[in-house]
Amino acid sequence: MSTIEYLWLVPFLPLLGALLLIVVGRSMSKAAIAWIGAGSVVLSALVVIVIGIGFLSSPGVYEISVWQWFVVGNLNPSIELHLDALSLIFIFVITFVGFLIHVYSVEFMREDSGYARFFACLNLFVCSMLLLVLAGNLVLLYLGWEGVGLCSYLLIGFWYEDPKNGYAARKAFIITRVGDTAMLIGLFLLFSTFSTLDIETILSAAPTEWEQGSSIATLAALLLLGGAVGKSAQLPLQNWLPDAMAGPTPVSALIHAATMVTAGVYLIARMYVVFELSPVAMTTVGVVGAVTLLIAGFSAITQTDLKRVLAYSTISQIGYMFLALGVGAWSAAIFHFFTHAFFKALLFLCAGVIIEALHHEHDIFRMGGLRKQLPFVFVAFFAGAASLAALPLVTSGFYSKDMILWYAWAGEKGNGLLYAAGLVGALVTALYTARLVIVTFFGSARTPVSKKPGWHMTLPLGVLAVLSITTGFLEVPHNFWHGQLISGFLSDVLPATTIQPGSEAYEWLLQLVAVMATLVGVFIGYYIYMATPGLHEIVKMKMAPLHGLMQAGWGFDALYDLLFVRPVTWMARANRGDIIDGIYTGIAWVTMAANRAFAMTQNGVMRWYVLGIVVGALLIITLGIFV
Amino acid sequence: MNTDLLIFFISGGVAIVATILVITQYNMIHALLYLIVSFLALAVVFYVLGAPFAAALEVIVYAGAIVVLIIFVIMMLNLKKDAEEQERSWLTPGVWVGPGILCAILMIEILFVMLTGGFEGNATQAVGAPEVGRSLYGPYLIAVELSGLLLMAGTVGAYHLGRQRRKVIHRFLEMTDE
Amino acid sequence: MNAIPIEYGLILAGILFMLGMVSVLIRRNIIFMLISVEIMLNAAGLAFIVAGSKWTQADGQIMFIFILTMAAAEVSVGLALILQIYHQLKTLDTDAANRMRG
Repeated sequence: MSTIEYLWLVPFLPLLGALLLIVVGRSMSKAAIAWIGAGSVVLSALVVIVIGIGFLSSPGVYEISVWQWFVVGNLNPSIELHLDALSLIFIFVITFVGFLIHVYSVEFMREDSGYARFFACLNLFVCSMLLLVLAGNLVLLYLGWEGVGLCSYLLIGFWYEDPKNGYAARKAFIITRVGDTAMLIGLFLLFSTFSTLDIETILSAAPTEWEQGSSIATLAALLLLGGAVGKSAQLPLQNWLPDAMAGPTPVSALIHAATMVTAGVYLIARMYVVFELSPVAMTTVGVVGAVTLLIAGFSAITQTDLKRVLAYSTISQIGYMFLALGVGAWSAAIFHFFTHAFFKALLFLCAGVIIEALHHEHDIFRMGGLRKQLPFVFVAFFAGAASLAALPLVTSGFYSKDMILWYAWAGEKGNGLLYAAGLVGALVTALYTARLVIVTFFGSARTPVSKKPGWHMTLPLGVLAVLSITTGFLEVPHNFWHGQLISGFLSDVLPATTIQPGSEAYEWLLQLVAVMATLVGVFIGYYIYMATPGLHEIVKMKMAPLHGLMQAGWGFDALYDLLFVRPVTWMARANRGDIIDGIYTGIAWVTMAANRAFAMTQNGVMRWYVLGIVVGALLIITLGIFV
Repeated sequence: MNTDLLIFFISGGVAIVATILVITQYNMIHALLYLIVSFLALAVVFYVLGAPFAAALEVIVYAGAIVVLIIFVIMMLNLKKDAEEQERSWLTPGVWVGPGILCAILMIEILFVMLTGGFEGNATQAVGAPEVGRSLYGPYLIAVELSGLLLMAGTVGAYHLGRQRRKVIHRFLEMTDE
Repeated sequence: MNAIPIEYGLILAGILFMLGMVSVLIRRNIIFMLISVEIMLNAAGLAFIVAGSKWTQADGQIMFIFILTMAAAEVSVGLALILQIYHQLKTLDTDAANRMRG
């Protein structure tokens, strides 16, 4: 208990770092900036480890109230940190991966003039993300939620001199804002029902307040889901993430792969009681995940930009997490988040090294042969890619993905369609991963390597590569042996998934099928891109329309442009003169016209005035006489 | 036809003719001289109407003071020959039409009112200066004082307006101060 | 003293007033306009005299005296204004003094 008292230090240290860098960062040397920027997160990670040790010795749920935030009527949120197994896993990943990425950034961003700005934003992001996952009430969670959105916006548009980056930043911000608005309405709904936004209170009161399957529970869950799909780049708000790759690569690794985009997963897992009350919402979550993982996976096959491949892959993998959440496999989703954070961060960091080494070359078809030139990066990348593709037995991705597939089939809420989607997704994942590795690292070198990474960059790669392989062993399938650390760890917080009776017998079979899917995917990739040179060009030609559609992310951008952007810009253009304002301008115009008309009588010519007097007198006399 | 009526007609005719000449003259001095003739004729009309005091004032004040004042001003303006030419160019036949019609209508109305409004009877008896004076300093005393005030205001106003201010030309205020 | 029918006096006043009014309307020269106003005032005074003599009362002449006073004041102020206008605009054209147009 004693060490957990210091939980407030965890978000506070990065906040302090951010404030320091914001206030005095301009006048500091780069070394000092690096020490403060990375050091605050390193310290935070150390505190998390100490707290984690304390937590493991006496698990439970801890509430640490820092201070009362504000009181408005019934709403009295406090700055209250809530530590349980779920948030511990998240803060561990955030601080640990965050620390590795900060170290990486120290070298990666060295040549950049916005060094202090970069670390300030990154620290602020870490602080916001920690607040998000540690929040004891939804108001604080929303603060963190918006904080990470802000930092994401700032960092996507980090190189703001290029208008394209600013556009990508705005796109990300506005699309997530759609989801945030839904979530905010959801919070209002929860508050109007429970008169509080304290998470624990809501979770304990919800089952008595709302009936199972009631429409209001469904509405609340769907509104929260709206926020989650916005932040986690799921259908239908997924199209901002590929463009978000405009930011620096460490940002893509930390924010748009490992942490922020999984905030939606965290939100749903945290509010799981509300979702369990509504089968419709659960099914929606599962379907959203399944559809997203498929369309993003297919899009990933066709991308040529290294970072965009990884971005689509991220969307696809988060789709897996949503799929798991949708079938009630809470711990499976968190486990996949856990492994994904490591291997996807690793892949992004490797991509960063490669892009740096090749003079900012993003096109994978202009890379090639990097296996010999950057052997260490190749090994690390291969470890991450293997995990992504879920190569059986040795990689973490295999275990987490297999767990999801297993529950998608055998879980009480699972069904064959979701399982099939996951299975096809696994094949597709293996295919595009194989393509990525083969095209990038094998074959002949097309662009010379100009720069080798230093230790700041290779150290995080090494650590993450090891973790990508090994974290899978924390949770192995039931039929291997009893080593379910993650779900055991989470059992206090999240309920175990019930299995349809009699399906245990198929578990071997399903694992075999999943392995087959992966291997088939890898083989197809090998066959197209390596075994028969030139085949991929032919395939591309044969399926040109489909290829184009997939490369454009299934045309969602064009669709939204047509549905939302065009009508709004059209209305803006139609209303350029401000129609409502026209009424008032019209009144003013009539008055002015009357003014001009009357002013004409005041022309200063005296004879007209005399004439006016005479005519007026004549009129009055005439009236006086004859009327 | 008695003599008074005859004198009335003659002097009234002279007044009308002189006034028509006033309004048709191009030369200002000529017009003013005709105006004096018109005033003098009217003074005769006043006299035959039994208002000798008013007749005297007409001659002294109107013909004597006011017209002379106007003549002084015209002399001060030092108008040249071209003023007359300009007057001629302004006074084209066309400008008579509108005012003529308006005045004809007004004249007809006034005649109509006069001839149907029960204005009849004769001026029978003269009202002399003593009666006027008694009335003036009796019931009309307040009005007389007000007239005095009006003349005072006129004097002050004329002095103030007629003063030629020394031009103070400031290099920044040149446009506003004239 | 004898009988002058007062309609004749009133008609004379009316004719003189009309002549003055026509002159005001047709002239552009500001001094002529002033003279025309004097004619009109004089005609009005005549009408008062005629009315006074009908009733054999002093009031008509008193009104004439007031009109006279007013005319004198008006002429003095008017002439001062004319001087200023001429000084500033170098003309007696009233149309030139239209700077106060709305």
